Amino acid sequence: MTAPAKIELTGVHKAFGAKVVLDGIDLSVARGESVVVIGGSGTGKSVMLKCILGLLRPETGSIRIDGEEVVGVKAKDRDRVMRKFGMLFQGGALFDSLKVWENVAFGLIQGQKMDRATARDIAIEKLAQVGLAASSGELFPAELSGGMQKRVSLARAIATSPEIIFFDEPTTGLDPIMADVINDLIVKCCKEVGATALSITHDMASARKIADRIAMLYKGRLIWVGPAKDIDHSGNEFVDQFIHGRAVGPITMELRA
Amino acid sequence: MTDVLARIGRVLLAFLAHTGRLSAFTATAVSHVVRPPFYPRLILREMVEIGYFSLPVVGLTAIFSGMVLALQSYTGFARFSAEGAVATVVVLSMTRELGPVLAGLMVAGRIGASMAAEIGTMRVTEQIDALTTLSTNPFKYLVAPRILAGTLMLPFLVLIADIIGVFGGYIVGVYKLGFNSATYISRTWEYLMPLDVISGLTKASVFGFLITLMGCYNGYYSKGGAQGVGAATTNAVVSAAIMILVFNYVITAMFFGK
Repeated sequence: MTAPAKIELTGVHKAFGAKVVLDGIDLSVARGESVVVIGGSGTGKSVMLKCILGLLRPETGSIRIDGEEVVGVKAKDRDRVMRKFGMLFQGGALFDSLKVWENVAFGLIQGQKMDRATARDIAIEKLAQVGLAASSGELFPAELSGGMQKRVSLARAIATSPEIIFFDEPTTGLDPIMADVINDLIVKCCKEVGATALSITHDMASARKIADRIAMLYKGRLIWVGPAKDIDHSGNEFVDQFIHGRAVGPITMELRA
Repeated sequence: MTDVLARIGRVLLAFLAHTGRLSAFTATAVSHVVRPPFYPRLILREMVEIGYFSLPVVGLTAIFSGMVLALQSYTGFARFSAEGAVATVVVLSMTRELGPVLAGLMVAGRIGASMAAEIGTMRVTEQIDALTTLSTNPFKYLVAPRILAGTLMLPFLVLIADIIGVFGGYIVGVYKLGFNSATYISRTWEYLMPLDVISGLTKASVFGFLITLMGCYNGYYSKGGAQGVGAATTNAVVSAAIMILVFNYVITAMFFGK
């Protein structure tokens, strides 16, 4: 392989006080690939994502985007790398003081200094891509249902045509049908903009649908990485227990924090 | 014994960590206030929110303070036949002390609380993280406009409070205590020095900075859902109020302490 991996994590460690959350993560995501990280609650999936985004800083290890180191770089370089990213937050994280279209156009207006009229046209186009009418652009996020908020959030994540899109539990809190709609939209949107995708989820239906490759995170380490189609015969009892959702197995829920 | 020492140590460390974090926050916030890019729309919106929409509550506070001041000083000074000083006492108290302090405390309750609640909610719902991923610095977008607007608007608010307060004193003085209108007005101006007003407006500016700083700081570092936001709101108001009273003394000492 000649081109560097789009996202490359090597030996990433992150601890909060004495609690080690990430214990040496190695993961490589190729250009245009969709990787889904699965794992139970509290295994460090969100922390991993926030380290890549630069919202948290790992103690040791390296994170490279297009071969460029991003851990511990200056704010200016970090901003430049940030422009390649789009992110769909778990709760949507829509700005509730702004209208829907302003939310979608936010990255264009504030990040790229586009004039409001042009940004608005693009925002409405992106809303159409996720199946929302132009009229919904005039509403405020609080006036939308959960599924519609997720769609708006997705539209906002793809509005700047990012090279890399992160999805933080895209289907959590949605009914199964709406979850499938969102999954379809994720696959469609990533294809359309040719984006590299890194998602975290514990919804297996979603993982199977959007992943080229799946990685399983357990106790701060990636214990299995492989093509999505191999997930059912991984030969790994941790993975088997997780995908079948069994209470009994090698993974024991830590009931005491 | 070690238990007690450990507890003292923990409290001390927490205090030092808190102080350090606040200092770092203040330095970052101020550095973003003076460096572009600026957000004129947001600054204007905050200025309207802080300056214009605080007028009713600050005005009411000021007029009743001025009225009660006239009444109290009249009954007090009557004991040694110095009723003539009422107008002077009212105008000096309002411009030097009561205008800035009372307006500051009222604005701390109104603006500091709402800022902490709004930014705190944005923090716990990941909206602040979302700002960062959309190439927007939360300090520039959320903190700097608020601090700038607070520092600029409080002096205007206090100037208006001064005028309304003096007017309140005038109403009581002329219509209740029977002073001659022209005499009361000339007495008001007689001993008023520019420095009295300037010191009050300087206080106002510092208070505006402190109120918005504490609102933003507590909101920015709030965590843990609704309860955390509630705590942040309380802390923002209480810490702003205490800092207003402390800095009120410090600034007074700087201007008039000999």
